[in-house]
Amino acid sequence: MPILTSPPSESALVAEQFDDIEQQRDAAKLGMWIFLASEVLFFGGLFLSYTIYRFTYGHVFMETSRRLDVVLGGTNTAVLLVSSLLMAFAVRAAQLDQRRALVRLLLGTALLGCVFMSIKMVEYHKDYVEHLVPGTHFEWTGADPSNAELFFWIYFAMTGLHAIHVTVGIGVLLVLALLASRGKFSGGNYNAIEIGGLYWHFVDVVWVFLFPLLYLVGHR
Amino acid sequence: MEKVVDPRIYVRTCAALLVLLGLTWAIAYVDLGPFNLIVALAVAITKALIIALFFMHIKGSSRLLHLAAVAGLMWLLILVSLTLSDYFTRGWVPLNH
Repeated sequence: MPILTSPPSESALVAEQFDDIEQQRDAAKLGMWIFLASEVLFFGGLFLSYTIYRFTYGHVFMETSRRLDVVLGGTNTAVLLVSSLLMAFAVRAAQLDQRRALVRLLLGTALLGCVFMSIKMVEYHKDYVEHLVPGTHFEWTGADPSNAELFFWIYFAMTGLHAIHVTVGIGVLLVLALLASRGKFSGGNYNAIEIGGLYWHFVDVVWVFLFPLLYLVGHR
Repeated sequence: MEKVVDPRIYVRTCAALLVLLGLTWAIAYVDLGPFNLIVALAVAITKALIIALFFMHIKGSSRLLHLAAVAGLMWLLILVSLTLSDYFTRGWVPLNH
């Protein structure tokens, strides 16, 4: 009985349970999309509580939102959108098996992630100095201070959870860059890059909603 | 092998996203009443769709992936619609205490 084997170059890259590399890639992408669906619900709960309180205390939210720095928030949106462009190019470099370009693009994406986090930290520091962090330190001279504080609870919960995701993303990108520099993703085995890319783009999508909902409530 | 996308498409995608960012930012300085929120949300949803279609390769991927992506949104819709149907209808029926 002849022993069926796939070509040696591919068999090393395909796990036992898969017929071929295409099926392996489809399974990886499906798994990631299901994970992202659970992430949608994770953030969804916060977006939902935001929605309820925004409709209940609309005027307070408009006033409190004006205290956030729209220039820093807007710049950060642009930083993430450009980082997504670099990530898309990184996946493309992986598809074309261009190792050096892949490493550089992954590092570039991670660098922009660090720029985002730096701007975010400057912003958090500004909020802290202006007594906008909820808790005993919080000070509000306008109307309805307790609901103004509520807005900042939601602001810190949502941007904080997002910042954790960005930090995890930066870590993933750095590990991928290290593995890529060792040639781990050559020969069509770049699932990890593609999946990491999906995660990074998802984090970008979350910020795309956070920016207008937190910084641009009503008109300024 | 997977289809490799023309790099110009990625550049155009990013350019469109930055233009939409500028649009949503500029509109925040114009008083449109309740339409400020509607426009901001419409722009955000458009941006999210563009990212999903072109950067996340929903365009050109299998039906199964489309289904997985839409399923996430469907569950979110259930979460939001059931909760809001509670919160926004609480005052409709007077309670006799």
